[in-house]
Amino acid sequence: MPTISISNVRKAFGDVQALDGISFEVNSGEVFGLLGHNGAGKTTTVRLLNGVLFPSHGQARVLGLDPTTDGPALRRRTGVLTETPSLDERLTARDNLLIYADLYDVPPSKLGRRVDEMLEQFELTDRADDKVGAYSKGMKQRLALARALLHRPEILFLDEPTAGLDPVVARQVHDLITRLSRREGRTVLLCTHNLVEAQQLCDRVAVLEHGRLVALGAPDELARGLVHRLPVEFEVAPDETAAALAALQTLDTNALARRDGRLTAQLDRDAIPVTVEVLLQAGVHIYRVNPQQPTLEDVYFTLHRKENGV
Amino acid sequence: MNTRAIRAVIRKDLKVVTQSKGVMIPLIIVPVMLLVAMPALTALLPMFTDTSSFRLTELDAFIEQMPAGLQAELAGYDELQRIVALVVIYEFAPMYLMVPLMVASVIAADSFAGEKERKTLEALIYTPTTDQELFVAKLLSAWLPAMAVALIGFVLYGVTANVAAWPIMGRLFFPHVMWLVLVTWVAPAVAGLGLSTMVLVSARAQTFQEAYQIGGAIVLPMLLLVVGQATGVMYFSTGLVFVLGLALWAVDVALIRLGRRAFQRETVLIQL
Repeated sequence: MPTISISNVRKAFGDVQALDGISFEVNSGEVFGLLGHNGAGKTTTVRLLNGVLFPSHGQARVLGLDPTTDGPALRRRTGVLTETPSLDERLTARDNLLIYADLYDVPPSKLGRRVDEMLEQFELTDRADDKVGAYSKGMKQRLALARALLHRPEILFLDEPTAGLDPVVARQVHDLITRLSRREGRTVLLCTHNLVEAQQLCDRVAVLEHGRLVALGAPDELARGLVHRLPVEFEVAPDETAAALAALQTLDTNALARRDGRLTAQLDRDAIPVTVEVLLQAGVHIYRVNPQQPTLEDVYFTLHRKENGV
Repeated sequence: MNTRAIRAVIRKDLKVVTQSKGVMIPLIIVPVMLLVAMPALTALLPMFTDTSSFRLTELDAFIEQMPAGLQAELAGYDELQRIVALVVIYEFAPMYLMVPLMVASVIAADSFAGEKERKTLEALIYTPTTDQELFVAKLLSAWLPAMAVALIGFVLYGVTANVAAWPIMGRLFFPHVMWLVLVTWVAPAVAGLGLSTMVLVSARAQTFQEAYQIGGAIVLPMLLLVVGQATGVMYFSTGLVFVLGLALWAVDVALIRLGRRAFQRETVLIQL
C-alpha cells in the first residue's frame, strides 16, 4: 500500500483553482519531489495531505488515514518544515523544542533527552539558550528542521528546505534528507524550485503547473520520455571544423562551432547515427560523439514551454 | 481534550508575551495606576487638604440621589469617611473592570493577531491539536493572566485602600460584598469580553497593533459605566453588579461562539 495516495483532488479558493484534479502515489521510504513555480499548488498539496486544508473534490490517504477526518492522528505521525521557519523568535531554541515536544506528545520521560539530541544533531547546543531572534537564517532553518523531526515522524514534508541557505548548510540539509530516507526508511515529500536538488535527491518527481500535474516519474525516465532533442557534442579534426559545420547545417539542427574542432548540435536521439553518417560522407574525421544527458531542468522547461504554448 | 497540548500553547503564549516590552509595559503600568496609585491618592488626599473647602453639600446631594440601601451603608461614616468610602467602594468599581478587560485584550491581540504577524501560526497549525484545543488554549492564555492580574490587583487595591485610609477610617472598610461579586463574577466576564472581541478582530487584522487599535473600542462600554457611576446616572450595587455580570456572560457566550466559528485551520491558513 502506498504511504501517500492522492486521487483526482481539486481545491479552489474562490475563483482560483489551486489544484485541478491531481493524482499520484508516494511509496514508503521514497524521496518524492513536488516541482513547480510559485502558485503551482505545491504548498496547497502539503496542506491537504496533513488535513489542515480540505479538498473541494477527490480523496487522499496518508499512512492509511483520511486527512479530512483523521487530521490530528495523522499529524502526530508527520513532520512539516514550512516555507518560513515559523519559529517563536522571542523564545530560546530549547523553549521552542520543549513546547513542540509537548504539542507532539513526545513521552515526558524522553523529552529532555530528545530535545538535547536534536540540538546536538543540528549543531545548536552551544546556542540552545539564546533567543532565536538572534540566530542566522541557516540556524533558524536547522532549528525548524529539528522541530519537524522531534517526534520522529514517519513522513517528512519539506517545503523549500534549502531556500536562502548558503551552500554548506544546503549540503547538510541534503545529507540529512538522504540519511532519513536511505538509512532510516522515512518517506520524504520535498517541495522545491531547485531542480538540481530535486535531481540529486528525489527518487521520483511530480511537476505541477497551475494546479495540474503535468509530469510524474523518475527524473531520468522523464528526461528520456520528454526531452527528445539533446545537445550532442562532436569532436572533429580542427582543420575540418568548417566542413563539419556545413554538413551539419544541411540537417534539421542548430549547429554551433567552437574552437579546436568542437561542435554542438541539437538533435533527436534517433538522428545521431544519420548525422554521423553525413559527417563521414563529408570527409570529416570524427574523434568523439557525446550526447549530453538531459537534466530535470531540461524536463522542467520543456514542460513549461508546452504548457504555455511557447 | 489534549490538556498537555493546551498547557503547552498557554505556556508558549505567556512566555512570548512576557518577552515583549510593548505588551508588558501597559500590562504593568495600567493596573498599578488604577489599583494602587488612585486608591492611595483618594485615601490620602483628605488628610492633606482643608476639608472645609469640600463642597460637602454637593456630596450630600449626590448621596441623597442614591438608592436607599446605598445611603444606609454610607450613613455609618462621618463626612470625611464618606468621601473615601464613596470613591473607593463605589466610584472606582467600574474602573477596576478596566484591568481584566485591558489585560485580556492585549494578550489576546498578541496571541491571535501577533502570532499571525510573527508568522508562527503555521507551525502550530501543523501540530496534532484539534481546532477546538487550539482555540481553547488561545482563549485560556489570555483569560488566565487577566484573571490573575485582576485578583492580585484586587488584593493590592484592598491593602492600599485600607492602609492609606487608616488615619481617616480607623478600621478595615474594604472589601465590600459588592466587590466580591465584582471580582468573582463580573471581572471574569469582562476578561471574556475583551478576549472574545479580540478573537473576532484578529480574524481580520494582520498585526498586533491593528488588532489592538480596532479591538480597543471595547473599552468604550466600560468608560460609559465609569461616567455613568461618576455622574449619578447609575449606582453600582451588589444586585446591579450581579445583573451586569449576567449580561456580560451572555455577550461572551455569543462572541465566543462566533469566534470559534471563525477559528478554523482552513480559514486561518488562507489568511496567512
